[in-house]
Amino acid sequence: MTAACHTGGAATVTPARAPRLALVGSPNAGKTSIFNALTGLHAKTGNYPGVTVSRFVGTCRVGADRYVIEDLPGTYSLDPISADERILVDVLDGRLDGVARPDALLVAVDATTLRRSLGLVAQLLARGLPTCVVVTFMDELSRRQGRLDVAALGQALGVPVVAVIGNRGQGIAELRETLTGWDHWPVPTIAPPTEAAERDAWAESVLGFAGYHPPQPHRVTQRVDAVLLHPLWGSLVFLAVMVLFFQTVFTVAAPAQDQIENLLGRLSGLVVAHVPEPWLARLLGEAVIGGIGGVLVFLPQIVLLFLLIALLEGVGYLARAAFVMDRVMAGVGLEGRAFVALLSSFACAVPGIMATRTLPSAKDRVATMMAAPLMTCSARLPVYVLMIGLLVDPSARVGPFGAQGLVMFGLYLLGAVSAMLAAWAFKRLGDRRGLALPFYMEMPPYRLPRPRSVLLMVWDSARSFLRKCSTIIVATSFALWLLLNLPVHSAHHLGAAGVDAGDPAAVAAYTVDHSVAAGLGRLVSPVFDPLGFDWRINIGVLSAQSARETFVATLGQVAAANDPEHPDDALRAMTDADGRRLFTPPTLAALLVYFVYALQCMSTVAVLRRETGTWKWPLIAFGYLNGLAWLMAYLARMAVIALGG
Amino acid sequence: MTTGPQNSSDRALADLAPGEQGRVVRVVAAVASIAGRMVDLGFSPGTPVAVVRRAPLGDPVVYRVKDYEVCLRRAQAACVQVTGADR
Repeated sequence: MTAACHTGGAATVTPARAPRLALVGSPNAGKTSIFNALTGLHAKTGNYPGVTVSRFVGTCRVGADRYVIEDLPGTYSLDPISADERILVDVLDGRLDGVARPDALLVAVDATTLRRSLGLVAQLLARGLPTCVVVTFMDELSRRQGRLDVAALGQALGVPVVAVIGNRGQGIAELRETLTGWDHWPVPTIAPPTEAAERDAWAESVLGFAGYHPPQPHRVTQRVDAVLLHPLWGSLVFLAVMVLFFQTVFTVAAPAQDQIENLLGRLSGLVVAHVPEPWLARLLGEAVIGGIGGVLVFLPQIVLLFLLIALLEGVGYLARAAFVMDRVMAGVGLEGRAFVALLSSFACAVPGIMATRTLPSAKDRVATMMAAPLMTCSARLPVYVLMIGLLVDPSARVGPFGAQGLVMFGLYLLGAVSAMLAAWAFKRLGDRRGLALPFYMEMPPYRLPRPRSVLLMVWDSARSFLRKCSTIIVATSFALWLLLNLPVHSAHHLGAAGVDAGDPAAVAAYTVDHSVAAGLGRLVSPVFDPLGFDWRINIGVLSAQSARETFVATLGQVAAANDPEHPDDALRAMTDADGRRLFTPPTLAALLVYFVYALQCMSTVAVLRRETGTWKWPLIAFGYLNGLAWLMAYLARMAVIALGG
Repeated sequence: MTTGPQNSSDRALADLAPGEQGRVVRVVAAVASIAGRMVDLGFSPGTPVAVVRRAPLGDPVVYRVKDYEVCLRRAQAACVQVTGADR
């Protein structure tokens, strides 16, 4: 999650002469705080060419001078064991196309883990670049009865050392001042040894010279972990946290979502009432405002989800959740951190896919991303509610449980199990070549989350969600509206067809029936006929391709129901050309299962493209999920028919 | 592979119970770079290691090494050989 704390902003054009400094350090070393403190909100995010590694570049201004800061992925070593890790070394050596070699290094080091961190420092000093060591968590070191003489550490290492407390901005001014002299930073004349035993001896001598006393183990962490990681209590707390997590995401966000829907509904009404040209009013009201609403309505959930994740991450609980779940995830070839990403996907696949950034292994990241869209996201809920309402009698009960609720639970379970199987399959495919990466995860002590980091992370995710995804949703909504409303029929034409031009509902029904979209719906009918869908359901399924929840509104429009938001009754009465009921149990089962599997979300496609840096993975996800959706829907239909439905 | 002196009392770190301690003797892995990574994580020969706790489902296990806590799966902990295990 740490990577998501960076603030993505507009690209800043940097003159070639600005010195480039690479910021290197282990995960949890406070690198992100330093990066944010130095660059403020002027950072640019992207991908390194050819890999799924996010790249963060920012500009730091000191007086009139500008410094380009490149925040490299967190690492424990400069000896790469994967293609992703090689990126870091390639950047340091200037071997990566389009990424200039850094002029100097900033090394972030956690004062409480200095003994281990000096190994990385030794490897970095051996690069022979001007280097400045930035020591973080000095406050925590002294709170836990540790000691470090920063000036002496500088003497022992032979490079400048600055102590900062990232969240309070302490030492940042000194660090900025130090940056200006980067070309005079001394390079150690004798590089530290690289062989393990010699390097340890070197580290011990440096620690001795700097008067280092390691911190006492954190007592609060020990006590809290004794409960949170206890075989029984730990599991119960874990389940409670998960339940609370979903309750909060669904219930707390719901009123805000209703507010947004109401507001946009009123706005749309105003537009329809005040724009004189009816087609323009409907275009603005339905396509533009409706399209924006389709995105905005998820904003409360996304913000809340990221707030909870940022808080759990900041406290240190996510590492514990990953630790508890690792054994389960290992069953499908993934690791505990993938669980966090799949968990987020229950609300929305977009933050879930973004959360895969915490996974060190590229194969794990891809396998998790391919599985994430199968987790039942909130956009499927309206569709499920509508279809289950048509399929199952509300009063039907199975034992103490309502049958409707059981079907809903079954759909969630089907999605989750399928996601795990998909992750397993993609991991197996990915593992055919290359070596299995070792699993290790630092367990940081519990810390109070830093409000600034938490807010930055929430702000960044909300903004990137809106910016990257709104364009796509608005565009598809616009296109769909045009397809459903073109061609425009003249009053004469309507009259000739026997439609009362003065009755808007009749005109709308006729227009939709003879629209380009209806043509498309009939065109794809050979594909969907085996599932029992007719051209009207096809239009719904096609329009849901941009965002699932549009299915409900589209079916309503197509059925020309008086209340497009509650089309149940109109849909129940819908019949096909031969007068048979359209929504039979086999068709409804097929539809529900289709929605469990199909990748019908352009936001997800967009975020897959952004996170993997290629179109390859979004295309694979699109192909395999929609193919699977068709197959499973067909099987579901056959099964229900066989059961006599 | 990083080696230290051979001793019959050497055990795999994975076989230590929570509360036990040991000193790393060597790291043995099929791939040298992975052994190297374990060393860079702090499991270098001569370093004391303590077993902190097991996950509720038995794996992974949290170890305390070089003043910090890190969790490893059994497969990784099996690569690290320790000696002088005691409480």
